[in-house]
Amino acid sequence: MDFITNPLNIVIFFPLVGVLVLLFLPAGKKGLLRWTALATTLVTFCLSIWMLVQFRAAEAVAPGDLHLTLTLPWVQVAGWNISYALGVDGLSILLVLLTTFLTPIAVLSTWTAVEERVKDFMLFFLLLEVGMLGVFMAQDLFLFYIFWEFTLVPMYFLIGIWGGPRRIYAAIKFFLYTMAGSILMLLAILWLGVHQGTFSVPDLMTKGGIDPHTQLWLFIAFAAAFAIKVPMWPLHSWLPDAHVEAPTAGSIILAGVLLKMGTYGFLRFNIPLFPQAAVQAAPWMALLAVIGIIYGAAVSYAQKDIKKLVAYSSVSHLGFVMLGLFALNAQGVEGGILQMINHGLSTGALFLLVGMVYEQTHTREFSVYGGLWKIMPVFGAFMLIVSLSSMGLPGLNGFVGEFTILLGAFGSKAIGSPWFAGVAALGVIMAAVYILYMFQKIFLGPEGSIVEEVKKHGHALRDLNAREIITTVPLLVFIFWIGLYPKPFFDLMAPAVTKLLAGVIH
Amino acid sequence: MTYSDLITLLPLIFLIVWACALLLVDLFIPKGRKGWTAWLAAVGLAAAMGLTILYAGQQRFAFSGMVVLDGFSSFLDVLFLATGLLGITLAYGYLKRMGIERGEYYALLLFSVTGMMLMAQAANLIVIFLALELLSIPLYVLAAFARPRLDSEEAGLKYFLLGAYSTGFVVYGIALVFGATGTTQLSEIVSAAAGTGSGPAVSLPLLGVGAALILVGFGFKVAAVPFHMWTPDVYQGAPTPVTGFMAVGAKAAGFAALLRIFVTALPALNGNLVPVLWGLAALTMLVGNLLAISQTNIKRMLAYSSIAHAGYILMALTAYGKVPRDAVASALFYLVTYAVTSFGTWAVVIALEKAEGKGLEITDYAGLGRKRPLLAAAMTIFMLSLTGMPPTLGLVGKFYLFRTAIQGGFIGLAIIGVLTSLISAYYYLRVVVTMYMREGEPESTREPWLDFTWSLSALATVILSFLPMALFAWASGAVLKLF
Repeated sequence: MDFITNPLNIVIFFPLVGVLVLLFLPAGKKGLLRWTALATTLVTFCLSIWMLVQFRAAEAVAPGDLHLTLTLPWVQVAGWNISYALGVDGLSILLVLLTTFLTPIAVLSTWTAVEERVKDFMLFFLLLEVGMLGVFMAQDLFLFYIFWEFTLVPMYFLIGIWGGPRRIYAAIKFFLYTMAGSILMLLAILWLGVHQGTFSVPDLMTKGGIDPHTQLWLFIAFAAAFAIKVPMWPLHSWLPDAHVEAPTAGSIILAGVLLKMGTYGFLRFNIPLFPQAAVQAAPWMALLAVIGIIYGAAVSYAQKDIKKLVAYSSVSHLGFVMLGLFALNAQGVEGGILQMINHGLSTGALFLLVGMVYEQTHTREFSVYGGLWKIMPVFGAFMLIVSLSSMGLPGLNGFVGEFTILLGAFGSKAIGSPWFAGVAALGVIMAAVYILYMFQKIFLGPEGSIVEEVKKHGHALRDLNAREIITTVPLLVFIFWIGLYPKPFFDLMAPAVTKLLAGVIH
Repeated sequence: MTYSDLITLLPLIFLIVWACALLLVDLFIPKGRKGWTAWLAAVGLAAAMGLTILYAGQQRFAFSGMVVLDGFSSFLDVLFLATGLLGITLAYGYLKRMGIERGEYYALLLFSVTGMMLMAQAANLIVIFLALELLSIPLYVLAAFARPRLDSEEAGLKYFLLGAYSTGFVVYGIALVFGATGTTQLSEIVSAAAGTGSGPAVSLPLLGVGAALILVGFGFKVAAVPFHMWTPDVYQGAPTPVTGFMAVGAKAAGFAALLRIFVTALPALNGNLVPVLWGLAALTMLVGNLLAISQTNIKRMLAYSSIAHAGYILMALTAYGKVPRDAVASALFYLVTYAVTSFGTWAVVIALEKAEGKGLEITDYAGLGRKRPLLAAAMTIFMLSLTGMPPTLGLVGKFYLFRTAIQGGFIGLAIIGVLTSLISAYYYLRVVVTMYMREGEPESTREPWLDFTWSLSALATVILSFLPMALFAWASGAVLKLF
């Protein structure tokens, strides 16, 4: 009974209801299919809000704990001790909300962009949502692994079927890269199951007692999975391919949610389960993070393709998140979590907007763009806000996150040197360079050749229509909200952060 | 023969009598009606399965301890009988379509299943040898069943020659073990090897060489590297239903013998054998997966994949000294996993196969996702399961195998295992890529029993991955009767 009435389970599996409905709809009725998928994701979002309300009530009683938990024995034979365990704390719930918030936006972005095999597309999309929600709520390592690996499958199809010209290459690369990390994590999970006798995350956190040497190995095995997903330099090379080839909706979810699964994994598993190893590894992780920040920013500047630029900027932004997490103090970690949300919003919005113009022009080469400000003023204004948010302008969300991270990293005992934060701060400046470069190339200067090119096909470039504006505005609301008044977000995560860092002793 | 003897072997005796009768009855079944033979064979298998399940949970010895009935044998007998049934559903339409519908197919299949069952129940090396011959000889004939197609005849001959050769190794191994211990009875070998027997001191090197030769012989049967050379040719040449039957049945029977001999009779040799098994497992996983990458023919690819899967099971077997219970249980669990997935895969292959060996290239699968969405979805599930991805049974099975390896302390072997799984993702995904992401007009057959086979396998692969509890309990309860 609990299985059906548990709010978390309802949220996770509601998209499956949509899947079942879609299965019985005729493949030709594209409008009906789209509305069904949109309605499903919107209801899922509403359900997650309902979950948030219940979560806050529970949080008022016992702050920082896992709430709304569901623990059912699953496989309890043959020496296995696997439970079907779900639960959310302040960290999980933010990412769950980010997922349920971005999914309807992504579905809306496909309204006219996806015309082929709409039914299959929506099926995979809803399945993907199930997987992502499960990842953020699972509190049993076996269950987590199932959801984690499962997200690969629909995303692989989304890139491989609806992607760009090199989609098959990109899809396989994405799959193999991610799986390479996951299987090492699988061994570490099994090791924990054998030697600690349980797969339950809360139990493993309280149990502890793994010697530092083994901890380090386990830390590395888990980190392999998560670092590829984040992606941390030098394991990032799948990301630009996947992003460039993925359809717009795929890119939004990939940047907005899938990458967060990596950083989430570090914070949920690596740090609390292997605290000693985390302290030991912190300077190295910080080093890789800083290299990623600088490298991502530098490479972004050199790109000729808009989507590739945004993809590399993700490497840089997620470097900030990792730097914050491995500061291993409350400030850094809170900044890191906020920056996960920020990156989901701003980069999601960037991919969304780029997708909108791409739908009209069918090219993403900078060289053909220019002077769009006059033709597409609304698009230009939206793009400006999102760009500024991405580069961390005070008053918008990016600034709050990056500032908190740098503050945390600067005073971090685990990292041990303020230099990391110092160099990372350069990344903020470099972000301004490549973001403004992108903006200038698209919107300013003389009219680019693309304007004429589009006219040749019988219709002129148009500004955003009502649907596109409705799709984008919710993102902008949150960009301003977090930028101007981030307190509710920090309040939500703070108790959970304290709990997660409890085992870390510098 | 006492009543207890009869009960112990009842399903097997029933089946072999049924098979002999079927051979006679088939003579009176008119040529175009060989479907009746298939039905009769299926009834026989189902009845034998009923008897097996009826007597499951009992522990008995029979014929002076040469044959045993225990959890292990009941588990495998059910698996073998199910394998036989699926071998029939695969062949039912195929034989007619390919113009090779002859009643002997079903009788030979039953004989082979009987041999496999005897293998699972054998507690004496001579009986194991007998079982090996009983299961193999019908398979040699079946491999050449598509006569006069040359590649089928070649497959039959090759399988026969190499099979006979490998049997030679087994016999030589048995002789040496007998020489060392003075007995062929597994229960007496174990006490002799441990030095607690009544006879003279055992020559351990002699016993070790004997065990190694037996390992080589069964290495051929389960297609372990470096004894795998026959596999791709035979799998490709044999009629596809036979390949499917062989891939699961012969492999499972080979592992049944290995598990029975090594876990019950030779625990004393564990220390000496670990390096050998370790190397065998590592090599099998690596070579099987690496060579599968370059295959363009789906039957050959699946042949290499079946080699690779033997490697994963060998990985669990390596840990038999430290965690015998889990080694056996995880191997059995994985055999079921492999059987369920593999039969589904072969059913899809048969659905796309056309006369003269056409329709077997992976490129022939292009566009299947559009043309037969359900068939392609099922194939995707099987490919994911063979890779070990959720939501499929393959993931659960691999979980169990890797856990056994970790429990045994073989982290290095487990790492090779997961890395080769990664390699395998590449070639399994290529099938999925071809089906969904390339354009084409594939031709496929719709036959009720074939559709039944792949849809049942697909459902089982997914549903059992969420509800594996019963299967886990059954496999872990199926421990060997230790002497």
